[in-house]
Amino acid sequence: MSHRGRRTGSGARVLRAPAPAKGTIVKALRGADAVAEAMRQVNPGVVAAYPITPQTDVVERFSEFVADGEVGTEFVTVESEHSAMSACIGAAAAGCRVMTATSANGLALMWEMLYIAASYRAPIVMAVANRALSGPINIHCDHSDSMGARDSGWIQIYSSTVEEVYDNVIQAVRIGESKDVRLPVMVMFDGFIISHLLERVRVLPDKKVQSFIGPPRPVYSLLDIDHPLTYGPLDLFDYYFEHKRQQVDAMEYAEKAITDVGKEYGQVSGRLYGYYEAHELDDAEVAVVALGSTASTIKGLIPEIRDERIKGGLLKVRLFRPFPTRDVVRRLSATKAVAVLDRSASFGADGGPLYLEVSNALGRAGAKTKVTNYIYGLGGRDISHEHIMRVYQDLTRMARGRLKPGTRYLGVRE
Amino acid sequence: MANLKELATREELLTGGHRLCAGCAASIIVRQILLSSKYPLVVSSATGCLEVATTIYPYTAWKTAWIHSAFENVAATISGVEAAYTYQRRTGTLDQEFRFIAFAGDGGTYDIGIQALSGALERGHQFLYVCYDNQAYMNTGIQRSSATPAGAWTTTCPPGKQSRGKRQYRKNLTEVVAAHRIPYAAQASPSHWKDLVTKIEKALEVEGPAFMNIIAPCPRGWRHETDETIEIARLAVESRFWPLFEVEEGRWRLNYRPRRPIPVVDWLRRQGRFKHLFTEGCESMLDEIQARVDREWEDLVSRCAADKERAAGGESRTGEGGAEQ
Repeated sequence: MSHRGRRTGSGARVLRAPAPAKGTIVKALRGADAVAEAMRQVNPGVVAAYPITPQTDVVERFSEFVADGEVGTEFVTVESEHSAMSACIGAAAAGCRVMTATSANGLALMWEMLYIAASYRAPIVMAVANRALSGPINIHCDHSDSMGARDSGWIQIYSSTVEEVYDNVIQAVRIGESKDVRLPVMVMFDGFIISHLLERVRVLPDKKVQSFIGPPRPVYSLLDIDHPLTYGPLDLFDYYFEHKRQQVDAMEYAEKAITDVGKEYGQVSGRLYGYYEAHELDDAEVAVVALGSTASTIKGLIPEIRDERIKGGLLKVRLFRPFPTRDVVRRLSATKAVAVLDRSASFGADGGPLYLEVSNALGRAGAKTKVTNYIYGLGGRDISHEHIMRVYQDLTRMARGRLKPGTRYLGVRE
Repeated sequence: MANLKELATREELLTGGHRLCAGCAASIIVRQILLSSKYPLVVSSATGCLEVATTIYPYTAWKTAWIHSAFENVAATISGVEAAYTYQRRTGTLDQEFRFIAFAGDGGTYDIGIQALSGALERGHQFLYVCYDNQAYMNTGIQRSSATPAGAWTTTCPPGKQSRGKRQYRKNLTEVVAAHRIPYAAQASPSHWKDLVTKIEKALEVEGPAFMNIIAPCPRGWRHETDETIEIARLAVESRFWPLFEVEEGRWRLNYRPRRPIPVVDWLRRQGRFKHLFTEGCESMLDEIQARVDREWEDLVSRCAADKERAAGGESRTGEGGAEQ
C-alpha cells in the first residue's frame, strides 16, 4: 500500500492488516469480471438487470454463471433499467437478497425508482460502471451518472482498483442489510478505466464470502402469510416528513456499519477498508482529494511529487454517501491548500459535487485551508501525469498566496 | 365455478372504509377478483385511483399482501415479487403457494405501463394482470388516455368550437396483449359477474401470464349517476362496444353474443361525456362511431369463428357456444 516506506493511513481504526484468508486465489480479472465474480460468490436470490455499455460485461458474465448453474439466482432479464429497479424492489420486498448493475443513461432511467428503493429501505446492491450521461451521447467514464443520484438516499461507495470493486460489492451486501440501516448501496467503478482493466485480484474462497455475508436477513416480507403487509401506501403531509427523517437517521447508522463491516472484512481478507485512504498526509502542506481510478493514478505519482520537494499528500475518498465530513476535517485542516478533483460538473454551482462537500466541511470547521476545484476527465478525457503535477504545483503557489482558489478545468480546449 | 352463495361466505380482502368514489367500478371488480381466488395473494397496484384511495398511511384497506411502487411499472414490480417467490420455492425456503395479481388503470396499462407489461408477458412470469379500464386518467382528474373512446369529453380533449371531443379511436389493448401469445387473455365486465368470475378462476390456474381487461365505468369521468355503474357496463356489452371474449393459448372465443344488440348511441346517450355528440351537426360522427364498433365486432366474430372451425376440424371441442352465458 505504501511507496518507498512512506506513511499511509486509512479510515479504519485497525491499522495492521491481518494475513489474507487461507484459500485466497490470485486471479487476473477485469473490473466487470470482478463484479460478476463477487455476485457469483454472493449468490443472490434475484438479479434483475438490463445491459448497457460499459456495464454489459457484468451481466454477460453473470448470465454464464446462471447458464452453468454456478448460482441459484432467479435472473430476470428485464426490458429496461426502469423495470430492472422495479423488479429489484419487488424482489427485495418479497424477502430476497437482490443485486443489479448499470451505467449512465441506465441509471438515469432508474431515477424514479432509486428514491423509491431507498424509501422502502430495500437493501439492494447495485454496481455502477461510471459513464458520462448523454448528451451528447458518450460511452466513456465520468461521474455525472452517480453524482446525480447522490441525493437519492443510496449509500455510495467509489472504487479505485479492480480489487476494490470486488471487495466493495461483497461489503455492500453486509452494509445495506445492517440492522437500523437497511438501505440500498451503489458501488461505483470507473467505466472502461476499471471495468475493462485487467488487474490482479485476490479472490476469497466462496465459503469465506458466504460466511462473511451470512444468510439474507429480510425484516418484512410480502410472502409472510401470517402478516399481510402493505408496501408503498400513499404518505402525505402528516407522515412523509417523519419517514424522510428516518432515512436521514438510517444514513447516520450506516456510518458505524460501514466502519464495522470494513474492519470485519479486513479480518477475513487481510484488506482494510474505511471511509477514505490517506497517502502522505501526516506532514503534507498541500493535498489532493479524488475519487475512483484517478485517486490510484495520483497515489502512484506521489513519490515523484515528493521528489519535486512538494510536501504533497492524497486523500482518496471511498464513501460519498454518507460523506466522511469529520474525517476530511481531521485529515486536511492542517494543510495549507487542498485541490478537489471532480469528474463531473454541477452546472451553475460553485464547483463540482466533491468540491462542495470538502469545501463545506473545512469551511464549517473553521479551517484556514484554501480549497480549490478542478473539473477533469468529462466524457472519458484522459487525466495525465502532467495534469496532476500541475495541480500540485498550483497548490504550492496557492499555499504561498500566489494563486487564488477557484474552479479550473484540466485538459479541456478553451 | 364458485356460486354466489359460496362467494358470499369468503372473507373480503378489500375492506370497507377506503376512499374510492360512490359507484366506482374499480372496487367492485377488485372485490369480485379477490373473492374468486382460493389461493393466498400478493397484489400489486400501479399508481392510480385504486392505489391512492385504498391506502393512506397509516391505514390500509388491503387484508392481503400488497405493494405499490410507481405508475408505469406494476408489471415489473410484480415480476420481481414472483421471481423472489420462485427462488424461495425452488430452494425450499417457502412452502406456501401464492398467486400474484397486478392491478392498473388504463393509463397505467395502455399508455405509460405498456412497456413493462409487454416485457413481463414476454418473460412469462406467473401472474395475472388486471386492467380496470375506466377510459381516462381519472386519478388526476379525467384526462384522455389511449383507452378513451372517440368522441368522449375529457379535460384534455374538451369539445369546443373546433373540437368534438377526442378525435382518435381507442387502442384495442386486449388484441395487443393477445399478440404476445400468452396462455390467457380476456375481456370482461362487472355486469356479467359469472363470466368475470369464471375468467378469473381460469386466469389463476394457467401456467404463465394471464391478462384481463375489465371495463370500469367511472361516474365522475363518464358523467352518470353513481347507481348506474353496472347498468352502464352492461350497455357497453349489449351495444357490442365492449365484447366479452377470451384468448386461450392463442385460440379466440366469443363468450357472449347479445341477442338484440343495442345501437351504440344508446350507450353513449347515457353518459354526460358524450352529450355534445347529440347536438346538431354531430350525426356523421355518431355514424362513424357505430361503423367502427360494427367493424371491430365483425373482425372479432370472424376471428372467433375461424378458431372454432379449426378446433372442430381438429379435435371436436366446444367453442364459443360452450362458454357463452
